[in-house]
Amino acid sequence: MKLFAIRGGIHPDYRKELASDQAITALPMPDSLQILLHQHIGAPARLMVAPGERVLKGQMIAQGQGPVSAPTHAPTSGVIESVSEVTAPHASGLPLTAVVLTPDGLEEWATLPDPIADALTVAPQQIWDRVAQAGIVGLGGAAFPSVIKLHLGVQRKLEMLVLNGAECEPYLCCDDRVMREQAAEVVDGARIMAHALGVSRVIVGIEENKPEALEAMTQAAADFPDVTIQPVPVQYPMGSERHLVQALTGRETPANKLTADIGAVVHNVATAQAVHQAVRHGRPLIDRVVTVSGRAVRQPRNIRTPIGAPVSTLIDFCGGLVGVPARLVLGGPMMGQPLPNLEVPVIKGTSGILALDAEETGDAAPGPCIRCGTCVSICPCGLVPLEMAAFIRTDDLKGAANLGVTECLSCGSCSWACPSHIPLVQYFNYAKGMLKTKERERAKSEHTKAQTEAHRARLEKAAAAKLAAQAAKAAPGGAKSAPIARQPRADETAEA
Amino acid sequence: MIETANTSAPYTHSAASVQKTMTTVILALVPATAFNLYLFGWPAVFLFGVTVLACVGMEALALTIGGRRLLPTLGDGSAVLTGWLLAMTLPPWAPWWTGVLGAVFAILLGKHVFGGLGQNLFNPAMVARVGLLVSFPVALTSWVGPHPLFWTGTPGFQDALNITFGGQIPDGFSAATALGFVKTELSRGIPVSQSMGHLPDLMDMGLGLRAGSLGETSLVLILAGGLFLMWKKVITWHIPTAMLGTLFVVATLGHLGNPERFADGTFHLMSGAAFLGAFFIATDYVTSPVSKSGQIVFGCGVGLLTWVIRSFAGYPEGVAFAILLMNSLTPIIDQYTRPRRFGRTRRGEPLAPQGEK
Repeated sequence: MKLFAIRGGIHPDYRKELASDQAITALPMPDSLQILLHQHIGAPARLMVAPGERVLKGQMIAQGQGPVSAPTHAPTSGVIESVSEVTAPHASGLPLTAVVLTPDGLEEWATLPDPIADALTVAPQQIWDRVAQAGIVGLGGAAFPSVIKLHLGVQRKLEMLVLNGAECEPYLCCDDRVMREQAAEVVDGARIMAHALGVSRVIVGIEENKPEALEAMTQAAADFPDVTIQPVPVQYPMGSERHLVQALTGRETPANKLTADIGAVVHNVATAQAVHQAVRHGRPLIDRVVTVSGRAVRQPRNIRTPIGAPVSTLIDFCGGLVGVPARLVLGGPMMGQPLPNLEVPVIKGTSGILALDAEETGDAAPGPCIRCGTCVSICPCGLVPLEMAAFIRTDDLKGAANLGVTECLSCGSCSWACPSHIPLVQYFNYAKGMLKTKERERAKSEHTKAQTEAHRARLEKAAAAKLAAQAAKAAPGGAKSAPIARQPRADETAEA
Repeated sequence: MIETANTSAPYTHSAASVQKTMTTVILALVPATAFNLYLFGWPAVFLFGVTVLACVGMEALALTIGGRRLLPTLGDGSAVLTGWLLAMTLPPWAPWWTGVLGAVFAILLGKHVFGGLGQNLFNPAMVARVGLLVSFPVALTSWVGPHPLFWTGTPGFQDALNITFGGQIPDGFSAATALGFVKTELSRGIPVSQSMGHLPDLMDMGLGLRAGSLGETSLVLILAGGLFLMWKKVITWHIPTAMLGTLFVVATLGHLGNPERFADGTFHLMSGAAFLGAFFIATDYVTSPVSKSGQIVFGCGVGLLTWVIRSFAGYPEGVAFAILLMNSLTPIIDQYTRPRRFGRTRRGEPLAPQGEK
């Protein structure tokens, strides 16, 4: 298959070898799980259980609400200890509501829905319902409810499902391991998703630095001519869906559009495995593979982790930390979040937990920009990072917006490459946040203004109606008191 | 203590640093500089040392006045590099004060007045070179031919001190540059075709056995340094190729049109500061455009202006002026040569829905 070039990008030290040879092992069940009600993009799930209640493994404990949401299930059987606030696995470190579950060690399953045997021929609605009920969200990290992305074929003419096995973030190898160890499930899940989307073609893009995964997936797909396993060049950020689709098809997603608008829907490989589990076995999404890596981790591992396990239990399972890490990261080192502390729980979108030493982070004090132009050459979105940063530094957000700061992926290539260590992505995230806030404020004040106008119009209308009514009443009273406009108001004052 | 400050990812970084970049450029300059210091002897060594030291001193002075910390900035090597490049563009036996005054022009007026590293519009070394040339035309155009160290007839250490610090070039040493010679002869009515016969042959021009600025004569070693920088990915081919290519093409066309009046393309390429300018001065990050297409426009402009100044203006050499003129256009070039944004046309409109370009 012919591949197409994507613009820019970088080749960081991947350091995947730290964990890539570690087979997936299951985390021993922690003493307590903290299952967040809001671990996906969209509205938080609504609580369905109460403290003291016993729940079974796979039982829904919170249901999705609103058009964009996802339910959550108990990862094991046990008792709901409490519903309380825990620190969010997010840079903000804000408190979020979590169901605290004390496992009873019995692993007693709830009654699961029946497997859908003829999954490749049933009405797509059945697959959509099952994926929605299973609480499946994008496992690549964004945690967007998957069912919404399986609906995209309803209003658009789709051609293919692109399965994202690029895994371009350094260190991470959870997708690599899933493809190596559960290739058949991934391929089956992908074919089910393709059916739900109404497309007959699946392309799995896998970066060339994962030969074992490519081999395993090629074998698993050997019997299915509709599934193509395609090696793609090692070039960060190949895993960005727009860039992966461009590399595979040569089509460039227009600004403000989705890849679905040019015929391709992108899902992550681990999501496909979760779909297989939900459709073929009725199992909801209650665990995921997390790569725990970095040189400050004694024994890096790939761990199948129940959702809600505290990060500290994964670190302990890896033999603890070596010395004091310079940085703890949730996700990959290029786009991950700083870890607020070790007690935050794993959520559905947690792909990695990294403990990095000072040499790995390569931190240094920022210096002045020397206009070397590296950020311009490598920006995969064709932006001009140094110029946008100059605007943002003087708080000229409009100037930065004109240069396209809102189209920045925050992939981190520019910050990574900057010889002066300027935290460019920090600037852009700040600008994007401020622009969004301003936009919200503008929308809000416009709404308020419209409401006020409407209110005033109503009052005026009521006053006019009253006037008219009084005028009508006064009119039969005779021609002596000619109804001039001022008179009724005098009456009003008198009444008051 | 674990770093938990909320700075955005990435939490890993390339090995690149400003200091590394500057050091690589200096390393690339070493062969050409060492050869020319040998070729022009002790006076060149003294002038080189004075100029570099003066630039570092001026940088320290400016940082102190500005209340900034000395070490991080002095340590990045940018002042050393500016001094180094400035020295390479001075006549090798020029008096010591040209280096010191040049440092004032370069570091104080060319760089720190604008706000220091990364803020200057004009290349500091070229600001100094041109500032000195227009203020002290005699000192800045007193050339000597090759007088290698330790050869008979070459000034010894003591004589060299007198030349650099006493300000007197002894009789019988002065020589003209090729560009200067051709220009002078032309003004006396002697056509280019005739004066070219009295110049060093191509081999000597290429190796650097000719009169010229302190570091500009050895094309072979400058080219080697330039290729080294490209291999190290410090510079790309865009500016040097565009500049030298344009210079060669317009000079060749001029020569074909009127061989008596205009020297040929090869002569223009091989004389003066064309090579040094193309690989080491026009490629200065701070003062050249950031996008590749902008760099090509910039390089072409420098090449064209160099030829125009050499051929029509009063000065025999035009590289420094050409670079400064194009420096002033850099912000505008940057504005018009931004890359095409992903998902948009060149004009910034979203692409047509089918994803066709």
